[in-house]
Amino acid sequence: MLAAKIVMEQGVHVEGINFFTGFCVEGHTHAIRENDKAKPKPNRNNALWVAEQLGIKLHIVDVIEEYKKVLINPKHGYGAHMNPCLDCKIFMVNKAKQWIVENDFDFIITGEVIGQRPMSQTKSKMPIVSKQSGADDLLLRPMCAKNLPLTLPEIEGWVDREKLHGITGRSRKPQITMAKEFGIEDYSQPAGGCCFLTDKYYSAKLVDLWKSHGHKDYELDDVMLLKVGRHIRPKKNFKLIIAREEGEGRFLEGYKKEFISLHCSSHTGPLALIDGSVSAEDLYLAASVVARYGQGRNAGQVDINVTDKDGSERKLQVKPLKNEEILKEWYV
Amino acid sequence: MNKETLNARRLLCPLPVIRTQDRVKHLNTGDQLEVICTDPGVMQDIPAWCRINGHKVLEIKSGNHEYIIILEVGV
Repeated sequence: MLAAKIVMEQGVHVEGINFFTGFCVEGHTHAIRENDKAKPKPNRNNALWVAEQLGIKLHIVDVIEEYKKVLINPKHGYGAHMNPCLDCKIFMVNKAKQWIVENDFDFIITGEVIGQRPMSQTKSKMPIVSKQSGADDLLLRPMCAKNLPLTLPEIEGWVDREKLHGITGRSRKPQITMAKEFGIEDYSQPAGGCCFLTDKYYSAKLVDLWKSHGHKDYELDDVMLLKVGRHIRPKKNFKLIIAREEGEGRFLEGYKKEFISLHCSSHTGPLALIDGSVSAEDLYLAASVVARYGQGRNAGQVDINVTDKDGSERKLQVKPLKNEEILKEWYV
Repeated sequence: MNKETLNARRLLCPLPVIRTQDRVKHLNTGDQLEVICTDPGVMQDIPAWCRINGHKVLEIKSGNHEYIIILEVGV
């Protein structure tokens, strides 16, 4: 937002590009979960909101398919979790380069700041992004340009380098001061918090998914489902996804044609999906786990409806597992 | 004037916005698009996208966990 504002102040026409990888935090969980809808935080897409505040157009680009190769085999490796930040940035700047060529724009700006988290913003990595993305000197970082070599927009005089900035380090104070100067009082969360791949628990679920599939490929539905419910793997060959509240239950309902689903019919209880192949014995175990999360958890026996992918139903009578019978290592 | 419907049920934001954006690219000024969604986030996102890009929201309605936005394509 600030980088765009700095350049716009110099009379440059700016339009925004927002890449959707499938792992963006924006909207998803609070769109699904009933409880989150009641939170005071605005349920907005920050990229759209920023574009509107700036009065610029925003182009949201679906890169779900292309992003797979970045995540599955990152040339520069992963960060603390499954976040391929450097490869991700190179990929996005490369896509932006393609976009400006196709749409007759002159250069690219990003809000990067040397030394700021995530780690892809170290001084040594800045030239890697410029070079490996193919953007080279068409990539301008208005927030820290004074600490970097000259770029084409500066050389050509499209922007005045003197009016750009030389911010470095992790502190956000200079940005907060700058925002105040621009009269900006509301802004989105700092970088890193906007990607599920930087989340330890999400990353563990992704690794579990890849292990269970025997390969690293994935579909959008796979990564969406990792954001929803309790994930419990009682055996290697199957995992349960159990809704934690009504909104998640409704979301999981949409997957009943792709997964066997379980639902307690004798008591109030959550909807659960089975991801994997199950034997009759596995199904009984799965139903006993699901029963633990319903109102009948203390009953001697509960009825669990099993719905196959084709819609056919049957009933299982099971004894709910006790808390201590659900092993810690089952939780993904 | 052409009227079209886009089924964006089960998609989570920003996918309904992306699908709307992609469909609108193939429509003409004055055409209407009805977008049917299940993610309540569209109630903010699609109108915001319309304001940014010069399209007009004609109607927003919701019920039975569905959210329907009818927009008119701008210039």
